[in-house]
Amino acid sequence: MFLLVTFLENRKTIKNRKGKVVLARYPTVTVTVPCFNEERTIYKTVRSLLDLNYPKEKLKIFLVDDGSTDGTLNIIQKFAKYSNVKVFHKENGGKHTALNLGLENCDTEFSGCLDADSYVDSDSLVRIMSYFERDESTMAVAPSIEVSNPKNIIEYAQKAEYYMSIYVKKMLGLINAIHVTPGPLTIFRRKVFEELGPYRSAHNTEDMEIAYRMQKNHMKIEQCHDAFVYTNTPSSVRRLYQQRLRWIYGFINNTIDYRGVLFQKKYGNFSLFTVPAGIVSIIAASYLFSRIAIRLWNFVEGKIVELRTVGFEFSSPFYNFDPFFINTKSVLFVILILYSLVIVSIVLGHKIAEKKVFPLHILYFFSIYSVVAPFWLFSSIYNTIVAKRPSWR
Amino acid sequence: MKNNVDWKKYFIVFLITLTLFLSASYLSDYFSTKKINQLKLIQDEISLDILSSETQFALLSELSCKNVSGFSVLSDLLGELGAKLEWGESNLGKTEEVEYLRKYYSLLQIKDYLLMKQISSRCGFKYAFVLYFYTTAENCSECERQGLVLSRLKNKYPELRVYSFDFSTDLSAVEAMLAIYKIEDTKLPALVVEGDLYTGFQDIDKLEPLIQETFGLEEEGEEEEVKEGIE
Repeated sequence: MFLLVTFLENRKTIKNRKGKVVLARYPTVTVTVPCFNEERTIYKTVRSLLDLNYPKEKLKIFLVDDGSTDGTLNIIQKFAKYSNVKVFHKENGGKHTALNLGLENCDTEFSGCLDADSYVDSDSLVRIMSYFERDESTMAVAPSIEVSNPKNIIEYAQKAEYYMSIYVKKMLGLINAIHVTPGPLTIFRRKVFEELGPYRSAHNTEDMEIAYRMQKNHMKIEQCHDAFVYTNTPSSVRRLYQQRLRWIYGFINNTIDYRGVLFQKKYGNFSLFTVPAGIVSIIAASYLFSRIAIRLWNFVEGKIVELRTVGFEFSSPFYNFDPFFINTKSVLFVILILYSLVIVSIVLGHKIAEKKVFPLHILYFFSIYSVVAPFWLFSSIYNTIVAKRPSWR
Repeated sequence: MKNNVDWKKYFIVFLITLTLFLSASYLSDYFSTKKINQLKLIQDEISLDILSSETQFALLSELSCKNVSGFSVLSDLLGELGAKLEWGESNLGKTEEVEYLRKYYSLLQIKDYLLMKQISSRCGFKYAFVLYFYTTAENCSECERQGLVLSRLKNKYPELRVYSFDFSTDLSAVEAMLAIYKIEDTKLPALVVEGDLYTGFQDIDKLEPLIQETFGLEEEGEEEEVKEGIE
């Protein structure tokens, strides 16, 4: 509701720029691409960076091989012939170590990261940089992320969700309350790392921790909604589960690490809205899912007792259907409101990205996430309690 | 960076959210009241039907049995009311209103039972009567299973009339039934089939022959009456 009110307040100012964006001055930028066993996607990723509409002499591309065991290093070495590309190879140490290697070698005014499974739109960087030109106090700018070339319903479900994220992030950006600066092409002023230090492991969510650290230090993060980056998303339920387990676990644990910023007026909407809303969402979703699970269990148990007592007899649940038996408890209406707000968020995400809405994707999103989300939610809470860190893949 | 917090917006959002929650609660109350009114309506209808049947029965000496009609409809209505009440108890909560409806329902069942007994013996209708006592005061899984057995039998034999009574119903008429059949709360579920008391869970294999036998008894009773008539 808070986000919706924010949207209504700002709806006239959220517009996609048409045509080329021209900057008064093109500052130097380094984009670090950390790669660990990314042979399938890395070529396209680097190619998209080379095709950016940004002066070549102002853009440095660092390709950091983090001890890959596949053909990644061979592929990225082929790009070493480009004057603005530099290839690094190091022992495997995790994404944050690869990013830090990039930072150590960075001598440009701006620095960013691009995940090796993502591809940038050719106008994305210049659009992001325009935000820095517009506002001196902006310290980081994140792009809009879309799902690249979805093929199955798991990916289409995520496509709907990523549009919702575009909307949510844009609204959070408008109220200075972004809590994550995602791996696909968030650009930072170098000053951020000079003042705050390098990336940290941060429960395998270094992109969330740096955003928390920036918010704690009153650094402004913006969302450039018309700069698009396309990312490969998990194509199976198992991989999606692992990714989300890492994200939610990261959110819970980074929030615990930064609990001091909670409900502090001096940290603004980030402290008063984003993080508390995240916590409330996890609690509310856990409660709702537990309720549904208990109901489902009771239903199955009842059916088993019935089967054991009187055997099987087919009867359609809609036979002699009487509206009297429709549940009309308040929680049902609250759930309906919540679902409507999620649908509105997805639709507004499409509107911001100026894309057509596919109701089928929304349907996939609800059907897949309502079944799988409880598992990653409860697992991440459980892992936090037993202090078990989820793996990357 | 200045972290300006727009308190006015927080307040507005709070008000909107509160309104939404209150509307949800209001809607829920509205539908609950509507459902209770619907239950009351069915009860009134049954009550009227019973009164009408009683009157019809009083007039029976002057009428032939074929004029006695509408009982199966009444049975359906009682069944519907029972199912809705049960649903109401678990979904609307055991409010005073729902408990009152439950008492009224028990009373209607007793009246229907007495009337139907008289009519079936006078007119020779093939009905079997089962009085079923259960409890909701404590968790009685056997009662749930007994309920399933009875529902299944009721579906199979439309002439089977099952009257169910919650042991904890605070109503003198129900208490009288409990006293007559010596029902104890430690021996629930309990069934009364043709005046015989069966305590504990009775499975379908045991209960079905009993009920079939009851139909048989009715037939015999009818034959005896016919014979008496001839003599």
